[in-house]
Amino acid sequence: MNIFDTIERFGRFLIYATERWGRSWIFLARSLVALARPPYRPYLYFTQLSQIGANSSIVIALIAVFTGAVLAVQGEYTLSKFGANAYTGPMVALSLIRELGPVLTALMVIGRAGSAVTAELGIMRITEQIDALRSMAVDPIKYLMAPRLLAGIIAMPLLCGLFNVIGILGGYIVAVGLLGLSAGTFMSQIEAAVDLVDITSGFIKAAVFGLIFGWVSCYKGYTCGFGAQGVNKATTQSVVTASVAVLIVDYFLTSVLTRVFMQ
Amino acid sequence: MISVRNLHKRFGSQVVLNGVNLEIEPGKTTAVVGPSGVGKSVLLKLIMGIMSPDEGEVIIGGYNMTAARSERSKNEIRNALGVLFQSAALFDSLSIYDNIAFSLRERMGLSASKAHTRVLSMADALSLTPYLRNFPEQVSIGIRKRVGMARALISEPKVLLVDEPNTGLDPLDGQEVYDLINACKNQWGFTGLVISHELPEVFQVSDRVAMILNGEIIVEGSPAELSNSSDPAVQQFLNGRTDGPIKIQ
Ligand SMILES: Nc1ncnc2c1ncn2[C@@H]1O[C@H](COP(=O)(O)OP(=O)(O)O)[C@@H](O)[C@H]1O
Ligand SMILES: [Mg+2]
Repeated sequence: MNIFDTIERFGRFLIYATERWGRSWIFLARSLVALARPPYRPYLYFTQLSQIGANSSIVIALIAVFTGAVLAVQGEYTLSKFGANAYTGPMVALSLIRELGPVLTALMVIGRAGSAVTAELGIMRITEQIDALRSMAVDPIKYLMAPRLLAGIIAMPLLCGLFNVIGILGGYIVAVGLLGLSAGTFMSQIEAAVDLVDITSGFIKAAVFGLIFGWVSCYKGYTCGFGAQGVNKATTQSVVTASVAVLIVDYFLTSVLTRVFMQ
Repeated sequence: MISVRNLHKRFGSQVVLNGVNLEIEPGKTTAVVGPSGVGKSVLLKLIMGIMSPDEGEVIIGGYNMTAARSERSKNEIRNALGVLFQSAALFDSLSIYDNIAFSLRERMGLSASKAHTRVLSMADALSLTPYLRNFPEQVSIGIRKRVGMARALISEPKVLLVDEPNTGLDPLDGQEVYDLINACKNQWGFTGLVISHELPEVFQVSDRVAMILNGEIIVEGSPAELSNSSDPAVQQFLNGRTDGPIKIQ
């Protein structure tokens, strides 16, 4: 293969990638603007909040209890090496509230609801339902995307709160019930160690992850290619892109938030 | 009613429309026919303004769709249009009732009670009353097409656009769709544009026929004129032969 071919291909890929990147930002901007403009159609928002949020709560609770439990086991093991197992409570709570709550909630919601949103919108695209909306003078960005985006931004922190509470409960059951720590110590150390900024930064992260979730899953569904193959591809890409984006953004956001709140 | 002028559209290096001109006269039904993949659906999307041409313009009832800048001004022009999509494109998260009511509520902003009477009389006119509580996947494709027709006509459009009235239907259901188009036309009196690759079946709903090939309209006239055309491509298409100027891809 000719070297110029390779360069040309790479260049073409770059142009294509840049174009898609730009389009996805325009898409996000249009969705956010659409949120602000009437008509508001509140029922659409409640439906999405229920589908993305409420319907995810059981599975979130389930993984939260086991995450808290395993954190207690691991935390107690490590801390006892320093004779510090009295701090198992804060170890569990801070890990959950600052990091694992938002991230695991986001990954779970992306896996469960993100794939569903992309598949639903993708099917609407290939069966011309999105064209039908436009032909009837209804803006699909406003009618379909804006409610899902807002539902993601609202539901994610709520689910994250649920995750934290149930996760701490799971940690409590293991630490106090199985490992024999004192219940008073477990709770009072959490109270002493967790600050409001920990909780705030956890919720800010969750809201940003909610935005990433809504943005990626709607955009991938809206721009879905032809046929069942197109939906298949869009759904896979949506889950992978959103998950990777969450983990990358998490690092930077955590660094920034930690600095901001340290001052 | 609709003027299509010198319309060009390409996707990457693939030229789909290469200077299409077409006049759709008010009160008549025009059929645009041609083999699969020549760009009939693309033409329809350009007319609806949900795709933009590379060149040329579409004028609907005196308003220029292609020159309309904002989605809002396009929506004004779209109010004149009703569309029956190829597989009906019903909203599958909504009941048949809500599908029919859709444009009254979401486009025209009518209250539920005002919309209600109109939905019921439309459902009655198209014999859909027994199905109103069902969801699209629970009824046959023939009924879905009728629902699609009801959804399109309830806003009383001046123009009805129909994409492939009978693809995916058996001959009986297909015939029913043609009868439906004719019956609705008598009752509502719209201007029609039907896109199809089904010859000569589509002639029964057409006053005028235009055949599209290689990005251009190659013949236009009454169904009889088209049938008697000496153009080899038209004859090949009408008789469904594999040899001739139309290349099978
Ligand atoms: N959005 C699109 N992007 C790229 N190519 C398209 C798009 N829409 C249609 N095409 C191509 O344009 C050609 C005409 O398609 P279409 O109008 O659907 O044909 P038909 O006459 O059967 O309705 C096809 O080759 C199709 O692949
Ligand atoms: Mg087509």
